[in-house]
Amino acid sequence: MTRSPAVNASLLFIGIAVVCLFFADLRVTTLHPWTELGRMALGFATPNFLELGDLLWALAYTVAFAVAGVSGAAVLGFGLAVVFHRRLVRWGCAIVRSVHELFWALLFLQFFGLSPLTGLLAILLPYAGIFAKVYAEILEEADQAPLRGLPGGTGVISAFFYARVPDVWPHLVSYTSYRLECGLRSSAVLGFVGLPTLGYHLETFFRQGQYSDAGALLILFYLLIATLRWWLRPRLVLPYVIAALVVIWTTGGSVMWANVVRFFTVDALPAPLHEAGPALPGLLQWGGEIVREQALPGIAATVVLTQLALVLTGVLTLVFFPLVSRRFFGPVGRTLGHVFLVVMRSTPEYVLAYILLVLLGPSMLPAILALALHNGAIIGHLTGRHTDQLLLRPDAPRGLNLYGYEVLPRVYGQFLAFLFYRWEVIMRETAILGILGIHTLGFYVDSAFAEIRVDRALFLIGITALLNLGIDGISRRVRAGLKLSQNPDAV
Amino acid sequence: MTLFHFDNATFGYNGRTVLRDVTFDIQLGERVALVGPSGVGKSTLLSLLYEQHPRDVSLVPQDGALVRNLSVFHNVYMGRLQQHATLYNLVNLVRPLRREVGGVTRILDKIDMTEYLRTPVGQLSGGQQQRTAVGRALFHGGTVLLGDEPVSSVDAHQARRILSSINESFDTVVLAMHDIELAIAFTDRIIALQDGQVVLDRPTAGMTPADLDPIYH
Repeated sequence: MTRSPAVNASLLFIGIAVVCLFFADLRVTTLHPWTELGRMALGFATPNFLELGDLLWALAYTVAFAVAGVSGAAVLGFGLAVVFHRRLVRWGCAIVRSVHELFWALLFLQFFGLSPLTGLLAILLPYAGIFAKVYAEILEEADQAPLRGLPGGTGVISAFFYARVPDVWPHLVSYTSYRLECGLRSSAVLGFVGLPTLGYHLETFFRQGQYSDAGALLILFYLLIATLRWWLRPRLVLPYVIAALVVIWTTGGSVMWANVVRFFTVDALPAPLHEAGPALPGLLQWGGEIVREQALPGIAATVVLTQLALVLTGVLTLVFFPLVSRRFFGPVGRTLGHVFLVVMRSTPEYVLAYILLVLLGPSMLPAILALALHNGAIIGHLTGRHTDQLLLRPDAPRGLNLYGYEVLPRVYGQFLAFLFYRWEVIMRETAILGILGIHTLGFYVDSAFAEIRVDRALFLIGITALLNLGIDGISRRVRAGLKLSQNPDAV
Repeated sequence: MTLFHFDNATFGYNGRTVLRDVTFDIQLGERVALVGPSGVGKSTLLSLLYEQHPRDVSLVPQDGALVRNLSVFHNVYMGRLQQHATLYNLVNLVRPLRREVGGVTRILDKIDMTEYLRTPVGQLSGGQQQRTAVGRALFHGGTVLLGDEPVSSVDAHQARRILSSINESFDTVVLAMHDIELAIAFTDRIIALQDGQVVLDRPTAGMTPADLDPIYH
């Protein structure tokens, strides 16, 4: 019997996950989680909007950093997309986007401090790398015929904007607005390292058990994301950007240029270079120690966590996508499904993981569940939307038969494409969970920054980036091997 | 004066010979129709002609090569991209300049397209798109036009009107056509191709469609 390559690939990844299970710490260690969980549930059920002014400011900062960062990245990425065929540009973009926003923020914090620049650049840099790649792909897929119809002697720039951009413009706009939603989540997460966005307040609320306040803030954030398509209008983009820059400016903090200089000339250099005598033996020892004691265990934990989360994300996606599909539910059911998926994908993974940590105790389990719920909701949303375009015969079966015989076989390829596209993202997101204390590479990076050992942090970030690039490369090969779409619309 | 010149030209791509031993000249001021069964190499011949004078020739390519998301105004304006500074072009892309709107409207009058000035080309019928492509060539101006089936998707009445304005606007015209009657009516020389070779090259004066029957059989 010959199985389809898609099924083979799925079985392979499930097999890898089963092997990973043996190395994963999945204990449930809490004995009485229900008291705390009860307080959480009560808090979320009774959101406290009394401090509405503060909550709205947190929201405003979150939106401002997202709008400024993403729009700056869109402009920069568009410029880079035009020259994306150059190897140097391609590599540069791959490197900046392989480092999670949170690491960029931790890095910029070292020399810009808590200044607006830190938050702005932490979003702008990795997003510019993503935009450059995706814009370049979109432009490449565009119809080249209009170029042939231009009069001889037309300038390169005029030709580009008249004959190439307009026909892909709607695609560029929809991708960019999808990315703004991601930017809002990134901006919220940046609060966990001290910027005045959503995450900052969430962390405080959770630490102090103010669950009613946390609930109110999250509800406002869900509303913001759910109403995105009503308030995000092309005509309003310029006013939004200006307003965003003004709001960011008010967060204050000025850059101490002396710190910037010290960072690059002292802090960022490996410690042994500061000592007298021959540097090489010290350097080797320094590097060897980090690799042995932190990088290798970190890589192992990161990979195990990623592979388990990837497979669980796939399973959850297959459960989630019918909830928002026209093929399975009527308007009421679908609306409930949408609410559920918006909540799941907009709640920062950090918060999901935190809640699960309280419930299950410290182990890899909360992290895996948080990543899988969050990413499953995102891919479920995209896959569900994809099923609405399927043409089924009028006498198609219903319910589980419809799911198994008609819908799943048709969307499975697209589902895998989304999932493998998301693989690298899942790995990058393990960074956040490191900050919660799960021993991924992100944990070691965060600890190094906490100990003000910037050289060590940089070295570990470099290793993380290489790991991400590796996963990205494997994912691309798998997708090419399975002949899956190289550019799913919006992942 | 000789404008286009072929001396025993042979041309092919992907290892397949499309044109063999083609020899003819086209003088300034001539109006020529290229006819022959489809797939015989008319489009290839036209692009070879275009390559001889890419800078001064107005072109109507076969599929129109239009930008679907841009309006008729912009698609016609594109005929003069090479005449203006890049900044001027970009400003006009974002906000059509009154001067250019006036110029384009005068062209659209000639091809009955004025009412579609602001309509995106993707929303037009095939015939309207074809007229937009002709509009771009008219707006480009100059003295020489090369057209690949420029009126194949419009009705007979409009075809005559469009060919008349092409003839009014350009001194030298080379059109690939499949409608023999129109070819005889609007050009003064017919070059017929068969199996990649020129099999007939004569003035249209006194010609009837029946004279060309043999090359289609």
